[in-house]
Amino acid sequence: MTAELINLVSFINLEADMLDFHEYDQWLDLWDEDGYYIVPIDGTTEDYANTLNFAYDDAAMRRLRVQRLVSGEAVSTETTAKTIRNPSRFRVLSTEGDVTTIRCAQIINENRHGNLRYYPADVTYKLRRDGDSYRILEKVIRLQNADNHLASIGYIL
Amino acid sequence: MTKSNAEKCRNAPVRHVDVEPLVKEDKVHTSLYTDKDLFNAEMQKVFTKTWVWVAHESEVGEKNSYKTAYIGLEPVIVSRDRKNEIHVLLNRCRHRAATVCEGKRGKAKSFVCPYHGWGYSLDGELRAVPKEEEYEGVFEKKDFPLIKVRHETYQGMIFATLNPEIEPLEDFLGGAKKWIDLFMKQSGGYPMKVLGDHRFRFPGNWKIQLENTTDAYHFPVVHKSFVSSLDDETSEVFDFLDGEGFVEDLGNGHSVMVMIPELVDLEENLDAPIPGRFESFAEELRKEGHSEDKVRRLVRAVGGSGFNLNLFPNVACSMAFFRVLRPISVEETEIHHVAIGGEGAPASFNQLRMRLHEHFQGPMGFGTPDDAEAWERVQKGSYAGYDDEWILVNRGQSKLKTSEDGNVQGAVCSETGMRAAYQQYKKVMTA
Repeated sequence: MTAELINLVSFINLEADMLDFHEYDQWLDLWDEDGYYIVPIDGTTEDYANTLNFAYDDAAMRRLRVQRLVSGEAVSTETTAKTIRNPSRFRVLSTEGDVTTIRCAQIINENRHGNLRYYPADVTYKLRRDGDSYRILEKVIRLQNADNHLASIGYIL
Repeated sequence: MTKSNAEKCRNAPVRHVDVEPLVKEDKVHTSLYTDKDLFNAEMQKVFTKTWVWVAHESEVGEKNSYKTAYIGLEPVIVSRDRKNEIHVLLNRCRHRAATVCEGKRGKAKSFVCPYHGWGYSLDGELRAVPKEEEYEGVFEKKDFPLIKVRHETYQGMIFATLNPEIEPLEDFLGGAKKWIDLFMKQSGGYPMKVLGDHRFRFPGNWKIQLENTTDAYHFPVVHKSFVSSLDDETSEVFDFLDGEGFVEDLGNGHSVMVMIPELVDLEENLDAPIPGRFESFAEELRKEGHSEDKVRRLVRAVGGSGFNLNLFPNVACSMAFFRVLRPISVEETEIHHVAIGGEGAPASFNQLRMRLHEHFQGPMGFGTPDDAEAWERVQKGSYAGYDDEWILVNRGQSKLKTSEDGNVQGAVCSETGMRAAYQQYKKVMTA
């Protein structure tokens, strides 16, 4: 593994850890202000703006999503107290200037009402180098069963 | 009329459950959520006997396009053939019953059974049979098309029925037609178009969802976090429980719940001030060169209508989308939240409608997961003491009025719509 790949993988693991351990303010700080958090329904599209998605969050929507998670007002966010996710199978797809596109697999395990459920997905990050670290320009989570039916998901993927 | 084998099968006895004592005017018995025999009876007596929504015309907008759907537990295909005719077909090969189409929606030149290769055209005709000579003198292809299901359309909404004796669709919709007409105004003067859908399942009975679309009472409790995510002006609009809204029984199990009376007719009040949250959208339209009239019409339409129209048994025109329910089992239901916009409308109009849909709807919206949590808890709780306990639907029962259309009308938070649905349910279940 090259030093650059180690840095990228470490960053993605850090992001995953923040979400699993509910460090949402720090998570928001990982983002570029123009970045998008996207969960598409159609796994083949890249025209997310003109397509219906499960989530298509700009900075304002990301902040609202976090606020919803921490407010205590949303009953569904209380019942999935813990997620465990493990990003793996990393591959750099392209590097242009200071922006790297990297793809990995991610399986999120949730425990809701005592029932374990898992959501496998391909996740593609566009990361912009920022000093010793990165900023997220885009995170696209293509759930394996996005085109079928899901159960309700109150947390961030 | 001679009954087909399918009809005989749909009319075959399932274990009898007498619904008469289980549905009162003010309450329904908890076993309506939990009894497996009752569920089987419902699939036969409700879903194969009434009009069931299967698609919006725009989902099969082009020649040689299709969409798969269900009538109760029976898989069907809605197709548009090369002559532009719409068909609803049972999704079942006439040979050995395999489904011939598994896609959600798309385009196809034919439906080919994956098992032995029988091929059907989109109008259902059987066109190709491998080793056809072996059928010589056995059957004629023309006698084995995919089975056609009767369908009728109102305002682009395609309903199908497995009951050949049912009244025409428009008679069944009756008092709901006026509200469907109003609902369609939200495509802003363009033909309505389905933009996609969110699909999810919850572990609960289908009637829990049927009730929910006409339940304003839950909104400030369950959707507190959604309301908190809105700007002050918009959250006031959603503070409707003490307002002038109402719920009206439209007959045949249909009802309308008006939450925001000023958003009933989206072609009226075009001079009203543009809400703050839509100002940048209006500005974008102006920059694209649209007239002020058109800008105002699109702005007024973009957020959807101020009411939920609940159509018995499986679809609702719910503020800004179609809500479709599909029963899976007595304790599992699939929901589709179908996003809609305008065909040929400015891209920014459809984009904003999709963003608003994503904000509340679907399995990752700011509203739906909390609904699903509440419904799951209803199902779970309904196993406690169910022989003795009832589900109450009596709110607002002593404060009913007669509407200007002569219908029973209660306050916006009344359970008038649920009572309407359950009385229709009782009628068809005891017929």
